Amino acid sequence: MNAILEVRGVSKRFGGLVAVSDVSFSIAEGEIVGLIGPNGAGKTTLFNVVNGVYKANQGTITFAGKDITRCSPDKVVHFGLARTHQVVKPLNDLTVLDNVTVGACFGREYLDLAAARKVASDVLQQVGLGDRAGVMARSLTIAGKKRLEVARALAAKPKLLLLDEVLAGLNPTEVVKMIELVRKIRDSGVSVLMIEHLMQAIMSLSDRIVVLNLGRKLAEGRPDEVVHNSEVVEAYLGFPDKVHEWSRVDKLTRRK
Amino acid sequence: MILRRPFFWIILLIAAGFIYLPLHGNNVSLREDLILIAIAIILASNLNLMIGYTGYVNFGHIVFYGLGGYVGLYLTTVRGWNLVLSALVAGLVVSLCAFLFGLAVLRLRGAYFALATIGILEAVQAFVSNFDPWGRSTGMYLSFESYQPLGGAMRALWITYFLIIAVMALSMILSLAIKNSKFGLGLFAIREDEDAAVVLGVNATVYKAIVYSVSAFLPAIAGALMFYKNGMIDPSIAFEYMLSLEGIVMLMLGGQGSVIGAALGATLYEKLRSYLLTSPALSNFHLVISGGLLLLVVLFAPGGLIGWLYRLMPRARKVIE
Repeated sequence: MNAILEVRGVSKRFGGLVAVSDVSFSIAEGEIVGLIGPNGAGKTTLFNVVNGVYKANQGTITFAGKDITRCSPDKVVHFGLARTHQVVKPLNDLTVLDNVTVGACFGREYLDLAAARKVASDVLQQVGLGDRAGVMARSLTIAGKKRLEVARALAAKPKLLLLDEVLAGLNPTEVVKMIELVRKIRDSGVSVLMIEHLMQAIMSLSDRIVVLNLGRKLAEGRPDEVVHNSEVVEAYLGFPDKVHEWSRVDKLTRRK
Repeated sequence: MILRRPFFWIILLIAAGFIYLPLHGNNVSLREDLILIAIAIILASNLNLMIGYTGYVNFGHIVFYGLGGYVGLYLTTVRGWNLVLSALVAGLVVSLCAFLFGLAVLRLRGAYFALATIGILEAVQAFVSNFDPWGRSTGMYLSFESYQPLGGAMRALWITYFLIIAVMALSMILSLAIKNSKFGLGLFAIREDEDAAVVLGVNATVYKAIVYSVSAFLPAIAGALMFYKNGMIDPSIAFEYMLSLEGIVMLMLGGQGSVIGAALGATLYEKLRSYLLTSPALSNFHLVISGGLLLLVVLFAPGGLIGWLYRLMPRARKVIE
């Protein structure tokens, strides 16, 4: 399989603080890769470097064969790399449909307004916001706003989708629906890189997991490999001997 | 596309009214009233592109009007060009200047951008006040012969009036066209959340510079026409800071982001201002009353008159844009 995204030796510093340090990994076409790590590990910063919000101090990022290390975020979207935000950023005083139309208009296909509207309403159906198309984005619930984030990114017709904690703050029913949605997105041929704290979800969704801690890549592998990695457990819990308990992921998340 | 929008025809109807009313019975004093309203609508509509559409408050919008006036008057008097060509060239030159200013100052956001626009106004005024070809602080006068090619002063004034009304209609049509375009959607996205807009693929730097430059074009033409009509220009009337601020009051009053809101606010405010300025008891208080009005609008009707109308009748959004 071809790699859709290749991150090589990427570092990002803010003054003296090293937020991301020499991280490398790649994503194959059609793969779902999970990015996990304790709070402050540099996951969102890594997203911001990948899609061009921040410029990497070192390293290269290659997307679909193009070097995008120095590209601005709006250019990266045209190439087919879209993302959502951990802290949702709805365009409040525009309708839900218009929000998604922005994504379609300025996305990979750079559609004109009429075509973008059509794509937008299709995507809204797909994410289950079809009946909310006419309301202002500010009036959506938090779950609705998370879906809107996903819908806007999807409307750009990306080849790779970066999902930043789309499950956080959702109730169990909404989580199940969102997981279904992510699967559907992958089945439609889009590769996914997702940050998630909800272990049960990320373990069941991901083909591979990349673990960050203190800006460095700690481990990488299949979900069951990562879960049994004592360094990962230590980073999360501080006790290597908890490996046994930790490995029964569903039990752990249910207790939360 | 735009022809199918009912509001397009409403704009043409308004313009037709502006032309018919004073022409009927050759009512010159009505014409002079309407010309002030038309100028206010032009300024407010184009300011709306920045404030209402893009979310960038421009305190120095009047600089485009004044510069347009200078370039226009320079071309008509010193170079002897005809009026329409001078006005068009004034519009283009000022737009180009605005594009360059825009690339420089539009990196700033919020209050810093607003401050920079005041800086631009002050800088341009200082430059023009010391610029020899434009008569420094005494300004320029139009010789009476300049009206001859248009068939004498009387006719020239009427022709200038019609041209200004045309620019007014164009300002509103431009606002309407941008509002219903992909470009406009990109601007709205920038207004709501610039970072999100960029991540969604909007090239905010270029979009902002373009809209800043577009918002300069028609005011500059209006300035060229208006100062031709007045026959003289100097830095203090060309770059009247107060008029710049009053443009913002007009927008807030009518409803920023709305085409008719800008026009309505401009009309009402201009009416109010001329009443206050001519009333012997209140003339010294006109800015006090404007300030109070702005405060009331911001506190109790942040969407202005049109925002209030939309809340009463949500369906009105479809026709009244």
